[in-house]
Amino acid sequence: MIDLGSRVSANASTEAEPEAERRGVFKRLRESLSKSRQALTEEISASLFDRIDEETWERLEEALILADAGAPTTAAVVERLEHEVDAGEVPADGALVRDRLIEILAEVAATGRAPIDLSGEPAVLMMVGVNGTGKTTTIGKIAWHLSKEMGLSVVLAAGDTYRAAAAEQLAEWARRAGADLVRGEEGADPGAVAFDAISAARARGADVVIVDTAGRLHTQSNLMEELSKVKRVIAKQIPEAPHETLISIDATTGQNGLRQAKVFSEAVDLDGVVLTKLDGTAKGGIALAIAADLGIPVKLIGVGETLEDLRPFDPAEYAAALLAE
Amino acid sequence: MFDQLSDRLQSTLSDVRSRGKLSESDVDAAMREIRLALLEADVNFKVVKTFTKTLKERCLGSGVLNSLDPGQQVVKIVNEELAALMGGTGSELAMAHSGPTVILMAGLQGSGKTTACAKLALHFKKLNKDVGIAACDVYRPAAVEQLVTIGERAGAHVYERGTDADPVDIAEWALQQARTDRRDVLIVDTAGRLHIDQDLMSELSQIRKKTKPHDVLLVVDAMTGQDAVGVAESFAEAAEFDGVVMTKLDGDARGGAALSVKAVTGKPILFASTGEKLEDFDKFHPDRMASRILGMGDVLSLIEKAEAQVDEKQAQDLQEKMRKDQFTLEDFLQQMKSVRKMGPLSGIIGMLPGMGAMKQLKNADIDEGELDRVEAIILSMTPAERAEPGMINGSRRKRIANGSGTRVQNVNQLVKQFDQMRVMMRSMANGKMPDAQQMAQLSGAAPRPKVRRR
Ligand SMILES: Nc1nc2c(ncn2[C@@H]2O[C@H](COP(=O)(O)OP(=O)(O)OP(=O)(O)O)[C@@H](O)[C@H]2O)c(=O)[nH]1
Ligand SMILES: [Mg+2]
Repeated sequence: MIDLGSRVSANASTEAEPEAERRGVFKRLRESLSKSRQALTEEISASLFDRIDEETWERLEEALILADAGAPTTAAVVERLEHEVDAGEVPADGALVRDRLIEILAEVAATGRAPIDLSGEPAVLMMVGVNGTGKTTTIGKIAWHLSKEMGLSVVLAAGDTYRAAAAEQLAEWARRAGADLVRGEEGADPGAVAFDAISAARARGADVVIVDTAGRLHTQSNLMEELSKVKRVIAKQIPEAPHETLISIDATTGQNGLRQAKVFSEAVDLDGVVLTKLDGTAKGGIALAIAADLGIPVKLIGVGETLEDLRPFDPAEYAAALLAE
Repeated sequence: MFDQLSDRLQSTLSDVRSRGKLSESDVDAAMREIRLALLEADVNFKVVKTFTKTLKERCLGSGVLNSLDPGQQVVKIVNEELAALMGGTGSELAMAHSGPTVILMAGLQGSGKTTACAKLALHFKKLNKDVGIAACDVYRPAAVEQLVTIGERAGAHVYERGTDADPVDIAEWALQQARTDRRDVLIVDTAGRLHIDQDLMSELSQIRKKTKPHDVLLVVDAMTGQDAVGVAESFAEAAEFDGVVMTKLDGDARGGAALSVKAVTGKPILFASTGEKLEDFDKFHPDRMASRILGMGDVLSLIEKAEAQVDEKQAQDLQEKMRKDQFTLEDFLQQMKSVRKMGPLSGIIGMLPGMGAMKQLKNADIDEGELDRVEAIILSMTPAERAEPGMINGSRRKRIANGSGTRVQNVNQLVKQFDQMRVMMRSMANGKMPDAQQMAQLSGAAPRPKVRRR
């Protein structure tokens, strides 16, 4: 979840709220989610754990594979659970086995968890990812949360200077979110746009800069090199920046998502994943494989196309949803 | 991980011949490998189940046992069955007898519809058709602007009425306009939508009803996982699509979604979108996709790409030079340039069968920066040096290193590798394939694979 501790206490407009309220920007949203979570766990117990036998493990594997968790991660999780049951560490009782499974899945999903770092002045976030995965929309949503709910001033950098109308798209999100926009000409150097945005933010004393980048396939090594360069140029403004480099992964993505995360991480050293489009029927199980294999945690999830449709990542909810019908 | 399906099948079934009997458990073991390979390629779980069942029957009934190499034999059967399931070649778009041919595009958010519209428009432009595109995505910010820009780039006329009008009205109006303007083709772009969004799905069937398209195309991202089946089924119901456009096939996803969609809806995959440029759009080849899903490479595509870059005469000259040992660094530079024109090397290597099994190349990217360096070094040589690398002595090396912004070691390395390569080329040109060790030497040396683990 977004940890805004230090930021918020410096911000006058929210000072009156109690500490607990301030820390959890997404608290309200989380409460509404927990209802659906209950419904989900009930569903799981009904279908998956009628009895514990050979078939149980097979059905479990099937559920995880269908959620896109991938064969290796699925095998590892199910083996571990089966072993625990065989060893008597977990009683062979449907409800208990179910709870333990969710625990294991949540534990794996939580690998490498850390809050989003907004301590920089300004804090610089960079969004990267494959074409159409939801970078620009996510930036709009994050900007809205930071500015409307936290009272922070946000500058967006239109670093996608390649795709037609990409800057216009981000401009519209900036308008909706009440953020400033810094853009360059079409075809301009994306590093230069990011650089200018950060200097503008510093001049204005803005709190957060979010850099959009053009979608690219991880197999295009020249474009991956371009991305590393953008990151280096940003570091010329502020050595620790970008403080957060996030990759957007579309929840419908299959096993290729693991390659995406790996190659992007080699190029720009990812801090986290934004798992988008979870409002569809896809479970986004590839994020489990990404956490297990690469130690890159999900930090936020996207659940729709409006400003409000962003949520903190809750490993237990995610784990339960992976197994739901 | 499963690139080596054929290797693994071969080892799974290696002792079958010596035992002289193919047992049910042998076949089960083989099926397990195949099942994993297909799942790794994102073929839907349920499709995999049915598929391996059919396959098992065929393997048990066939002459696998008697063949010299049961592993290879099974791979061959898998490939055949997959290709059959993917559908034969030759599916075409339906065209109108008179008036504009209407093509409706639909799909999830971010699948690549807008780009596919412009690519399809260019495809028709090349056939001398007059193309219009209707801008019905009024939801995503700046979607209309994007379509206007790339539609016009493709030489199509874009019918747009901003974002305040209703998409169904826009589609109807655009069709009238296209008739008045006597267009040959009208492509209708729609907003991306979730298959479970009832409002938007019924909007889509409204557009369909009002425009009576000759073809409805579902746009599917090649990276889609298990959910592809549910998505395709829902769109089949609401939009009754006739065919599929697979996008982002220039990546390294195995594209099992293609198989899943075909298997559950029976609709053919008509086009493959393979890049961000409007020209990157081809007819889909089911047989090649089968090999790709199995990680057996896409040799045919590679050959076609290579043919487009190298002309016949040039190729013969080169071969002659190789055989006679007259291949120079200048030739090498030209070769390297034309190979790189085919796209990033890591992509090309992925298309080669068996490369997956080579440890050094697997999961490795070719360092394009290294290739840039090699180019720079050669460019800093005089024509005489390029023709006769043997003359490059110490002071020349220093000059070349300075000129190319590299170090003397880099120049040394290049010259040494070039020597090795000449030897290998001579034997290849004389009809001998290089052995694995030679290949490994070369790949371990020249463009060094960059494997970094987190
Ligand atoms: N349903 C749903 N749609 C989403 C979500 N996030 C993004 N989208 C949609 O996905 C599509 C692509 O989103 P963009 O934000 O443009 O994606 P991008 O990664 O910036 O795309 P490029 O810049 O073209 O590479 C748009 O239609 C968005 O509305 C989400 O969480 N749920
Ligand atoms: Mg974008």
